[in-house]
Amino acid sequence: MTADAASAPVGKTGAAGPAAAPHGPGARTATAYLRYVAGKLAGAAVSLLAVLVTSFFLFRLIPGDPVKFMTGGRQVSAEQFAHYRAQFGLDLPMWQQFTDYCGKALTGDLGTSYQFNAPVIDKITEALPNTLLLTGTAFVIYTLLGIFLGTRSAWRHGRLGDRLNTGLALTLYSVPSFWLGLLLIVTLSVGIGPLPGLFPTGGMESGGEEGFAYVVDVAHHLVLPVVTLVAVEYGQTLLVTRSALMDEMGSDYLTTARAKGLRDDLVRRRHAVPNALLPTVTLIFINLGRTVAGVILVETVFSWPGLGGLFYQALSVPDLPLVQGLFLVFAAAVIVMNTLADLIYPLLDPRVGR
Amino acid sequence: MDTNDQYGGHHRTPARVPLGRTPARAPLGRTPRRARLVAAAGAAALALSAGLATPLSPAPSQAHAADDDGKKVLTVAVAQSVDSLSPFLAVRLLSTSIHRLTYEYLTNYDPEDNSVVPGFANKWESSPDKLTWTYTIRSDSKWSDGEQATAEDAAWTFNTMMTDPGAATANGSFVSNFEKVTAPSPTQLVIELKKPQATMTALDVPIVPKHVWEKVDDYSKFNNDKDFPVVGNGPFVLTDYKPDSYVRLKANKDFWRGAPKFDELVFRYYKDQDAAVSALRKGEVSFVAGSPSLTPAQAASLKGEKNIHVNDAPGRRFYALATNPGARARNGETMGDGHPSLLDQRVRNALFKAVDREAVIDKVFQGHAVEGAGYIPPRFSPYFWKPSPGQELTYDPDEAGRMLDRAGLKKNADGRRIGKDGKPITYRVLCHATDPNDKAIGQYLQEWWGELGIGVTLNCLDNVTDPWLAGEYDLAFDGWSVNPDPDFVLSIHTCAALPATPEETGATDNFICDKTYDELYARQLAEYDPDKRAAIVKRMESRLYDLGYMNVMAYPNAVEAYRTDQIESITTMPAKAGNIYGQDGYWSWWSAAPADSGDSSGGSSSTGVVVGIVAGVVVLAGAGAFFTLRRRATADERE
Repeated sequence: MTADAASAPVGKTGAAGPAAAPHGPGARTATAYLRYVAGKLAGAAVSLLAVLVTSFFLFRLIPGDPVKFMTGGRQVSAEQFAHYRAQFGLDLPMWQQFTDYCGKALTGDLGTSYQFNAPVIDKITEALPNTLLLTGTAFVIYTLLGIFLGTRSAWRHGRLGDRLNTGLALTLYSVPSFWLGLLLIVTLSVGIGPLPGLFPTGGMESGGEEGFAYVVDVAHHLVLPVVTLVAVEYGQTLLVTRSALMDEMGSDYLTTARAKGLRDDLVRRRHAVPNALLPTVTLIFINLGRTVAGVILVETVFSWPGLGGLFYQALSVPDLPLVQGLFLVFAAAVIVMNTLADLIYPLLDPRVGR
Repeated sequence: MDTNDQYGGHHRTPARVPLGRTPARAPLGRTPRRARLVAAAGAAALALSAGLATPLSPAPSQAHAADDDGKKVLTVAVAQSVDSLSPFLAVRLLSTSIHRLTYEYLTNYDPEDNSVVPGFANKWESSPDKLTWTYTIRSDSKWSDGEQATAEDAAWTFNTMMTDPGAATANGSFVSNFEKVTAPSPTQLVIELKKPQATMTALDVPIVPKHVWEKVDDYSKFNNDKDFPVVGNGPFVLTDYKPDSYVRLKANKDFWRGAPKFDELVFRYYKDQDAAVSALRKGEVSFVAGSPSLTPAQAASLKGEKNIHVNDAPGRRFYALATNPGARARNGETMGDGHPSLLDQRVRNALFKAVDREAVIDKVFQGHAVEGAGYIPPRFSPYFWKPSPGQELTYDPDEAGRMLDRAGLKKNADGRRIGKDGKPITYRVLCHATDPNDKAIGQYLQEWWGELGIGVTLNCLDNVTDPWLAGEYDLAFDGWSVNPDPDFVLSIHTCAALPATPEETGATDNFICDKTYDELYARQLAEYDPDKRAAIVKRMESRLYDLGYMNVMAYPNAVEAYRTDQIESITTMPAKAGNIYGQDGYWSWWSAAPADSGDSSGGSSSTGVVVGIVAGVVVLAGAGAFFTLRRRATADERE
């Protein structure tokens, strides 16, 4: 019964973790888990603090005086110049700028964008939903697709189907996303030959629609950028899933499961895949953290009004408050997601965290 | 169509899954077959809807979609983000263009020849001492909320800029010479000056409605982008704005000069110019802004395309090679590290004589530019100046070599020219890393000047501002957009524009400070007679040419394109041959007439939406059916 012993915990622990608590060993497990959680949370807090400090100093290394850049090419009197510097707080000593920044950041005030003359937090919350819609949709699709195809590939590795599958995934994985995006625009958006243009060339909406028509309109605009992202990204998940599953495939417990008379499909789904999922879960959470940062190239090609494009614009000034704020949000998202992954590992695999 | 298959394949995949699982028992065989059926139905529906789409929306005419209610919409593809919609803060071209469309300025420029024509003011006159200007404000202009627009609004706008530093952010320089602004009557505006100023008919300041704007607390923070429609009195009213998505304007039917012919004007964002060109080709937009200009490759790909007109027009920019004249501040302290040999006019002139401007036009701009001459581009005809044949620095590398010999820069045994310090000369040329023209011409310079025995180091940076303002360059690629009134581009070469101290920043372009030029500048600013003033401006250009600190290589064209099946006619500026996007005035969008076909751009294709809906429903239904069947299959298995 080695097979059940090895494969069962994975399925059970996820649901039955708390249920195990009343038992002696279970209680110990719970304390160990709590200790583990506390350690991970503390680590995350330290990382966040480090990011806060880094974000302030890192971007001050970019050459360029924001006020000079913004007023370059215009007639600006010395008084106006001084007014700008004072308005942006650039006339204060560096340490004071830093303490001001930290103090405000802790209360959620990320300052005012130089170029847009608006609170950084407003600019971020304006673009964040757009980015999440794009990257989140793509994330769900490429993760499911990657796991699904990866499992199939591993199960029948070496066969033609597997080779085609991995070959295509690798090819698309190495394609530059902006190039694929432009190609999709030229073919599916403008139309080529007898094929009509089916999708909008860019943007997130046509403007002016409301209610259900608006949802449909946005979905319509969403198709090509999502397809681009999925095409470029799913290969990674596919390959990781495939190799992890292949590692498991020689295991004794699978032979036992088959010997029990289980259908091949069930052997894969109930026994092999759950055990092989750990590396994929890591990847999923890394990708999830990245979804916030947006995708500069795809957002640019499809004119998607998201955070990636905002970051690019902020860097080119440099619009220090905006750059800092975005950096903070991006880094925080990755840290939070990694911490979540850390917290979930012990539930997936009880060996972790003991 | 690999990509298409990729997309279709991905939707089909879940449906194909059950087929792989069949090795099991017979009763289960039913399930996969059902799934297959669903898949087949889905695929069929998709194919059907795609087929349905074909006759309805062949690519070019996809643009139909005049709005459902038959509104004529003019859609313009733009890339630049709005910095602010407040006229007190906005400086970017797109934002100021929107203000041109939504507010009146005291005066405007004739699209025919850039001469001054009435705007918010009907008439204007100056006092004999040149210090008081009296404008008669038109009485037929109403704000879009129904209030009468009066001289009081103008006086309030100027006074706010003069007293509130936040309101002076964008246009403060226009009022810096104002002593007092009053509105003795609703139709009379009086501006008193500290010193005479010839630019009083070129005050490019949007006049805002006092009754709306006096309620604003802090002009340095208010972006005017929350409450729509925005009250204005221009040919269009700003009705909606979504950052980096679109800016929407509707025609002001009561505009005093006459209503625009399109009902709506939409600026839509295409952050990638190739994507914008695709959108034009498809008809999703009517116009692609030449800002930046379309690349020669994009222009070439659009030429000859049915229903598309490429407007390759004389631009308003000059493109020059600036030379560091030994940067210094107003207090006399020197700055930076310009090469001392460049202080010799013969050297500067010799360098320019070795620049093949024809090659620059043909090879770099691929014909989309005009060879440079004077400082102000030919489209501003009253001020355009050309060097006389004897004065002109024609391309002549041999003569350039002799000039350098005469200047004492002899060649050494290796053929390198030696400076006064005994070292071979290598000039650092500051270039914009984002500008391919800079880089291409930089390489030519290495070749041309290399033959003279002079080395060239190209210093291409994302941000040239810092070394530039510090005077740390020998030569630099330089360029400015010129306004119908040339005062600004002339002022940036005066001694007064130098920074007060090396630590400060001045409005100076490249540290030129020349007494003769300054005297002429002061004279033109006080000369109210247009012809006399133009004559002085031309003398300034001549002086600038001889000095050799600003060598104009080319006037790049504005290259833009629009669909002739959506826009029947549109006014360029100047009218004979000129640009459309970014004019001085609202002429292009105000005058644009929709094509007879009734097509206009902007809406997404309704067929596309139908296809989208059908595809979405099919996919959802397929997925739903698949999971239902799957669950049932698993249940079977358990039993």
